Amino acid sequence: MRIVVDYDLCESNATCMDLAPDVFEVRDDDFLYVLNETPSDDRREVMEDAVRRCPKQAIALKD
Amino acid sequence: MRKSITIVGASLAGLRGAEALRRDGFNGPISLIGDEPHAPYDRPPLSKKILAGDWEADRAALTPAERFADLNLDLRLGSRATKLNVDSQTLWVDGEPEAYQGLLIATGARCRTLPGTEGMNGVHTLRSLNDCLAIRTALEAGPRRLVVVGAGFIGAEVAATAVGRGVPTTLIESLAAPLERVVGNMVGEVVAEVHRSNGVDLRCGVGVTAVHGREQIEAVELTDGTIIETDLLVVGIGVLPNTEWLEGSGLTIENGVVCDETCLAAPGVTAAGDVARWLNQRYGELMRVEHWDNAVEQGPYAARRLLVDQPADPFTPVPWFWSDQFDRKIQLAGRPSPDDEVQIVNGSIEEHRFAAFYGSHGKLRAVFGMNRPRQVMQGKNLLAQGASWQEALAVAAAWE
Ligand SMILES: Cc1cc2nc3c(=O)[nH]c(=O)nc-3n(C[C@H](O)[C@H](O)[C@H](O)COP(=O)(O)OP(=O)(O)OC[C@H]3O[C@@H](n4cnc5c(N)ncnc54)[C@H](O)[C@@H]3O)c2cc1C
Ligand code: SF4
Repeated sequence: MRIVVDYDLCESNATCMDLAPDVFEVRDDDFLYVLNETPSDDRREVMEDAVRRCPKQAIALKD
Repeated sequence: MRKSITIVGASLAGLRGAEALRRDGFNGPISLIGDEPHAPYDRPPLSKKILAGDWEADRAALTPAERFADLNLDLRLGSRATKLNVDSQTLWVDGEPEAYQGLLIATGARCRTLPGTEGMNGVHTLRSLNDCLAIRTALEAGPRRLVVVGAGFIGAEVAATAVGRGVPTTLIESLAAPLERVVGNMVGEVVAEVHRSNGVDLRCGVGVTAVHGREQIEAVELTDGTIIETDLLVVGIGVLPNTEWLEGSGLTIENGVVCDETCLAAPGVTAAGDVARWLNQRYGELMRVEHWDNAVEQGPYAARRLLVDQPADPFTPVPWFWSDQFDRKIQLAGRPSPDDEVQIVNGSIEEHRFAAFYGSHGKLRAVFGMNRPRQVMQGKNLLAQGASWQEALAVAAAWE
């Protein structure tokens, strides 16, 4: 599973970081950094939650 | 076990509820009934990207058309639930009765209107895509001036977007500062400053006493006697839950559909999103939350609740929302109250980039951020843990 963020849509509101701080981090420069682009499969449920809860629909999961 | 589910309200809470059932493997029939003509779409862009003209309407679709087919829903658009009887488990859609097994009520809310403006040209509220497109067309026509009544989140966003389009804009608020009811005066003043420095003609502490014009709006008159000539008025004075169709249903209706701590309103009936007023045990009170994230969480929770007999864990979120105004990202987590102590814990007010804690009785109550998303989310976690004021301050002290 690979995390793909559309940075044109992302507005750095950090909802994803709230759900998985080890994968998503909004830094002090107000940009989102993906710390781990390929989280292990046992994280799928949390990643799908991040996709749904992103207010900008900026996150996608690719297999 | 219920074999079919009916969802009334084909928007954020309703659709996310239906999707959750399918994700869980429920393969019985799901009806999704909505009175709007459009496939489910997202509302936040209506006061932001779509109103600004940056996005076309189809960008707001909540679920891409190809994924919709996979959900295998009986999607009934342009259909209105008109009556309910929970004793006989009957729902009326456009006047026709039908039986249901499990029912999720997600009919959301609609805008309050300004008395005396009914049917007047140039007067709008903003809730639906059609509302948004009508206002956008009016903005594109080059109005003399836009007047926005009410500097809550929607009104403040509309004013910001209109100014961004070069339309002279007056924003009228009866309280002393924008968003004051929610964020308090100190933070509200910062929001006021952001609006003024971006060119909004902001008038606080005044109400509207009269609207002049016959078929077409011509001017608004304020409590201080000022008359502002205008050809375009947007009214943003809050919303009312859509519960009229539930009169006599057997449900308790009191500023929303009243539910227990598991979002259950009656046997086999749940509610979610802007219309639901449930017992949030985290706060020990009934609450109705008009925020995007709540609909996204409560829709799935309330849909799943219909398939279990034993109550699941209660639904106890920390409310959270964001609002985009000009280039500022505003966020608030928790529930501030007017007599909370407010302390800036990060950044600076002058730079319009700060985080503030709200607290009382030794507890952290809320976290506000202006362009401080990271701090708000960390603050939200503190709220979820029930952090004390001192604990919260200690965490914030470690932020750079
Ligand atoms: C312009 C705008 C901007 C916003 N921006 C933000 C933001 O930045 N951040 C944030 O947190 N929140 C924001 N919100 C709030 C957020 O969009 C709402 O909380 C969310 O839409 C609630 O979802 P819902 O499904 O409960 O209700 P709704 O979205 O109101 O949907 C209810 C649906 O049910 C339909 N319906 C009503 N009665 C019936 C009936 N009898 N029969 C059939 N259908 C019916 C309605 O027409 C509607 O389609 C914004 C809202 C608006 C309007
Ligand atoms: S939740 Fe979405 S918009 Fe927010 S930071 Fe994450 S990817 Fe960006």
